[in-house]
Amino acid sequence: MSDHLLSTRDLSRDAAVALLDVAEDMADTQRRTVKKLPTLRGTTVVNLFFEDSTRTRISFEAAAKRLSADVITFSAKGSSVSKGESLQDTAQTLQAMGADGIVIRHQASGAAAVLATSGWTRAAVVNAGDGTHEHPTQALLDAFTIRKRRFGAGSRGRDLAGLDVVIVGDVLHSRVARSNVWLLTTLGATVRLVAPPTLLPTHIESWPVEAGTDLDAAIADGPDVVMMLRVQRERMTEAFFPSAREYAALYGLSAARADRLRADALVMHPGPMNRGLEIAGSVADSPRSTVLEQVENGIAVRMAVLYDVLAGERTA
Amino acid sequence: MPLRTLLQADDVRRAITRMAHELVEHDPDADRLLLLGIPTRGAVLARRLAAEVARIAGREVPVGVLDVTLYRDDLGTQPTRATGRTDVPADVDGATVVLVDDVLFSGRTVRAALDAVTALGRPAVVRLAVLVDRGHRELPIRPDSVGRNLPSAKSERVRVLLTETDGRDEVTIE
Repeated sequence: MSDHLLSTRDLSRDAAVALLDVAEDMADTQRRTVKKLPTLRGTTVVNLFFEDSTRTRISFEAAAKRLSADVITFSAKGSSVSKGESLQDTAQTLQAMGADGIVIRHQASGAAAVLATSGWTRAAVVNAGDGTHEHPTQALLDAFTIRKRRFGAGSRGRDLAGLDVVIVGDVLHSRVARSNVWLLTTLGATVRLVAPPTLLPTHIESWPVEAGTDLDAAIADGPDVVMMLRVQRERMTEAFFPSAREYAALYGLSAARADRLRADALVMHPGPMNRGLEIAGSVADSPRSTVLEQVENGIAVRMAVLYDVLAGERTA
Repeated sequence: MPLRTLLQADDVRRAITRMAHELVEHDPDADRLLLLGIPTRGAVLARRLAAEVARIAGREVPVGVLDVTLYRDDLGTQPTRATGRTDVPADVDGATVVLVDDVLFSGRTVRAALDAVTALGRPAVVRLAVLVDRGHRELPIRPDSVGRNLPSAKSERVRVLLTETDGRDEVTIE
């Protein structure tokens, strides 16, 4: 179907639904006696991580191994990258080693697209997070999780038309929020962003969303899904809000706020959570929370993505 | 090459009935018969066969769908194939599994199906039932029950049409 997965912005509604349907089939295989599939036998997948991310890396690693690919993990720390090697030299080295697919996490927005279009490598490129730009597999696993909770066994073939999703928190620094905005609206959902004014991006008028600063008002409207974003202290070089206590009071999903949600509303979080800051521990552990399902579904979704970019003949 | 009809609706119906009799005769004592159709038309045929077996043997036979896409050996030769749902309603361990497909040609789909079924468990026996065997095997695979043997040239295209998927029962070659 495609050669790379760089952004959810490029995905059409039908392509996104097809990917989620493949992920359903992948999830089913993980309930079999033999969970390993021979599908990508003989294929080499390199996890190229310039930023630390244990969760995303092991999720991709599990997905690639379940499909019988050989997995090589290349962490920038302690590698030649820390000695000043450029992305170009790293990519050309991986090409020479026979990488068929490269899963890249990089601190620079656009790094995955550069790798895919540079000509340095013929490998299929999957964006595992680039700067504050996109994290497409996270959005796909979020959409998959919403669809699965809403429609259960009848999920295949469906989009998210008519669902109201509120995304709360540090939208400014969040690639998860960006990828979800494009994907969820493509799938027919309505997306509303709630954040402190300092944590909303400046060019948000061009996004297909509503934006506000009042979490209580958004909850009063009875959304189907509330997605909490992690407060990313490591990306904040200045003070975006006065104190953690004030942030938690205004933008945290407390037990009292969660009680005002509809009985069937979902609470999501991409992890890792700051319990007590953006989400109360009791809410994260409640039945409406999908946090652990998101982790489990992440493997099936990444299997679907790796299958999509690596199994068919290469068109490039 | 011009399109020719090889089997009419009545021929298809009779072939399925005969295959159902063969299945019952083959494993008269199999109390754990499980029919698994390979999508798309193998799954339709499996449902029809199960109904016939139920009529002949007087007992219900579980019937499911086995998607073999992820086990194929030719994925890299064409654009990425869409996967399909696998739905197996009974335990495979110890069962007499009958794989059902519309056309048997190279045998590669059946090889993939054998891998797919053994990933689900360890059947007591695996058998193969196909509506049409057109020859040209590339692997040592042989059907146990055949609706009709239809010798063909390797370049010809044999198509099975079924009412549920195509609006009518017919087998054509071109």
